[in-house]
Amino acid sequence: MLALPKAMVDAVVAHARRDHPDECCGVIAGRDGVATRVFEMENAERSPTGFVFDSAEWLRVYRDIDDADEEPLVVYHSHTMTEAYPSRTDIRWSATAGFPHWLLVSTRSDEPEIRSYTIEDGVVTEEEVRVT
Amino acid sequence: MAIEVRIPTILRTYTGGEKTVSGSGDTLTALLDDLDSRHSGIRGRLVTEDGSLHRFVNVYVNDEDVRFLGGLETTLSDGDSVTVLPAVAGGSR
Repeated sequence: MLALPKAMVDAVVAHARRDHPDECCGVIAGRDGVATRVFEMENAERSPTGFVFDSAEWLRVYRDIDDADEEPLVVYHSHTMTEAYPSRTDIRWSATAGFPHWLLVSTRSDEPEIRSYTIEDGVVTEEEVRVT
Repeated sequence: MAIEVRIPTILRTYTGGEKTVSGSGDTLTALLDDLDSRHSGIRGRLVTEDGSLHRFVNVYVNDEDVRFLGGLETTLSDGDSVTVLPAVAGGSR
């Protein structure tokens, strides 16, 4: 289960809509597994079918999180033409990216779909997004 | 020559949980060889079998991504700091 304040869910969905038709990406920091802050990031690839964190921005964000004794809890991104389900590319990157939760937003229809997963050793498990 | 290396959470299994380790070397390659002598296996997570930097990691020297410097041949000096982070990517394709 991933618990997120409504304001964070709204921020992620707004980011996904704003960057549509390109994919958006970002990080939610946490402390002891509780979400604390949203970092909207640039998709360095600016692509409708993929995302890459800008390496300089990611270093700044990681430092900010680490210095505050928080941890990177959630990586989020959007799929703009397909459902909010991890692709093979997502699964491959999940092995090394080190995020406990993968949050996906689909912007293929007017009503955005937001779903969360854990991905361990290539096994995708959907989890409830509990809006608090 | 002492170079401070910051290790991301996902690679701390190689450093006994340490966030920061110290190493030496006049290039990034030499530094990684030195680290691997004490933290066996860490080099293989950063460098591919054909000897290039793994696409799944970012390595920074003094906050500059080494892909924009000299890659694994980036030269190092005493007091430099090296940071390793997982690269993050994905997407629908």
